[in-house]
Amino acid sequence: MVTVSATPDVRRSPNQTFVLYLKEMKYEFLKNLRIPRYSASVIVLPLMFYVLFGLFMGRQTIGNTSTAAYLIATYGTFGVLGASLFGTAASLASERGLGWIQVKKASPMPPFAYFAAKFFMGMMFSFIVVSLLLVLGLAFGGVRMPFQNMVQLVGTLVAGSIPFCAMGLAVGYFMGPNSAPAVINLIYLPMSFGSGLWVPFQFLPKVVKQIALYLPPYHLAQLALRVIGFDGNETNWTHWKVLIGFTLLCLGVARFGFQKDEEKMYG
Amino acid sequence: MSAAQTISIAEQPEVKGAVVASLREVTKRYDDVCALNNVNLSVRSGELLALLGPNGAGKTTAIKLLLGLAKPTSGTSRIFGGDPRDPATRLRIGAMLQVAKVPETLRVREHIDLFSSYYANPLLRKETLARGDIADIQERKFGDLSGGQKQRVLFALALCGDPDIIFLDEPTVGLDVEARRILWHEIRKLVARGKTILLTTHYLQEADELADRVVVINKGNVIAEGTPTEIKARTAGRKIRCITRLTSDAVRGLPSVVDVCQDRGAIEIQTSDAESVVRALLSLDAHLSGLEVTRAGLEDAFIALTQEDNNVAGARR
Repeated sequence: MVTVSATPDVRRSPNQTFVLYLKEMKYEFLKNLRIPRYSASVIVLPLMFYVLFGLFMGRQTIGNTSTAAYLIATYGTFGVLGASLFGTAASLASERGLGWIQVKKASPMPPFAYFAAKFFMGMMFSFIVVSLLLVLGLAFGGVRMPFQNMVQLVGTLVAGSIPFCAMGLAVGYFMGPNSAPAVINLIYLPMSFGSGLWVPFQFLPKVVKQIALYLPPYHLAQLALRVIGFDGNETNWTHWKVLIGFTLLCLGVARFGFQKDEEKMYG
Repeated sequence: MSAAQTISIAEQPEVKGAVVASLREVTKRYDDVCALNNVNLSVRSGELLALLGPNGAGKTTAIKLLLGLAKPTSGTSRIFGGDPRDPATRLRIGAMLQVAKVPETLRVREHIDLFSSYYANPLLRKETLARGDIADIQERKFGDLSGGQKQRVLFALALCGDPDIIFLDEPTVGLDVEARRILWHEIRKLVARGKTILLTTHYLQEADELADRVVVINKGNVIAEGTPTEIKARTAGRKIRCITRLTSDAVRGLPSVVDVCQDRGAIEIQTSDAESVVRALLSLDAHLSGLEVTRAGLEDAFIALTQEDNNVAGARR
């Protein structure tokens, strides 16, 4: 008996693939939004710092800008760093370590969709944190700036999420599911301090100032500060170059990790 | 038959009985552990093949090789005549794997929605929910489900894309009897719709109930292959259990006795001719009691086969 069923040449239409990417992103975002440990800490922590140090103790100026405005840029960078790093690294380490990534790999999901969704999720959380900081500053901190600058500030910081999502992937490929959050904190907290995200750069000890020049969050913070009218020493292009270089480096490490995993499973 | 003809059949997986997935002389080593040793395995279109073996036999490794999640140390793994990692091939495959943790904060409905979007011609959501028997829990988050419910959701994810071949790695592990029967029923319906299924299990009854063919593997080797009936026939036909004063050695000396073992004060006798053994036992021991005669199930066949294999392996050493 010979039965001929579906044609062997099955393909997704471009439209179906587009919808697939949207759903992958949507559910990656929802998945993390519903983990209070993640969503609360990466959103609430920067807001809390901002309320304490920016609003209650604010009103003075740092250089030629108000503290309330200055701290939107630096706590915004802090928020972007946390959202991007925790979102990507912790979920990747967990999904690699506990087998879910194998189910995904066995399915017809394009591998690129998986990574695109992680970047999207990091950027979405960054957008939320930065927007909330801005709203707080405008409503309670007496911050005034042209609408165009607000868009530029949010845009800069959300774009600045990309290097740290890349870093999260790089880190996530070399950590176990249980150790991930601890290891990320060991990177995230010192890096934030050293980049002048908690204590303004001007007030950092000299030695930390020199280290800061090598830390990517410092460069993102400088770009954000420039938007609100705080002048730094380097040109914007210098900062972007550092961030782009850092992104490429992290993507290279992540790619190495991806291949290492493939070898392990497929080697 | 010429080689050209063989190839043309292999390239038409829709022909019932053609080989749609295969391992050819596959050996897989993890460091110095040999998970599979020179294994040949063919899954034919429209059949349900059960890969039966104890834990650690190499069942999951075989599935991972067929799915392209692991690479053979030597030999080849083919599916629909091509590389299992080909994206076009994956569109025709569904897989239920053993996974330690599934994202817990997504709802059942959302998991199904996402996996359905990966395929070109997925089932309607309603249909997927019905087949997985999960319509009533579709709004629940995955982390809030019981073990059995989780298994059913993973099963639904494997079939939501309406794939031609479905891999089920230990699908009924952790299910209670009722849930297992429901899943068996759904698996049979998939076969009736013409799907090809490769299922691994260490539940012998499961292989017996569902499979068209059974491949028994132990310690990375294929030790038997055939229909459930053929596998059962590989060992002596029936089993006698009784309490007797006769020694095991005396019983072993009777004609047509294959094996004798002590079991909690009784003895169990494997035999190819139950009637003559019973007649002899009764005439030798007037006090014989608790006599039972049963057909050897697949379980006995399986234990006999794996023990035989272990003994041979031991003797080789």
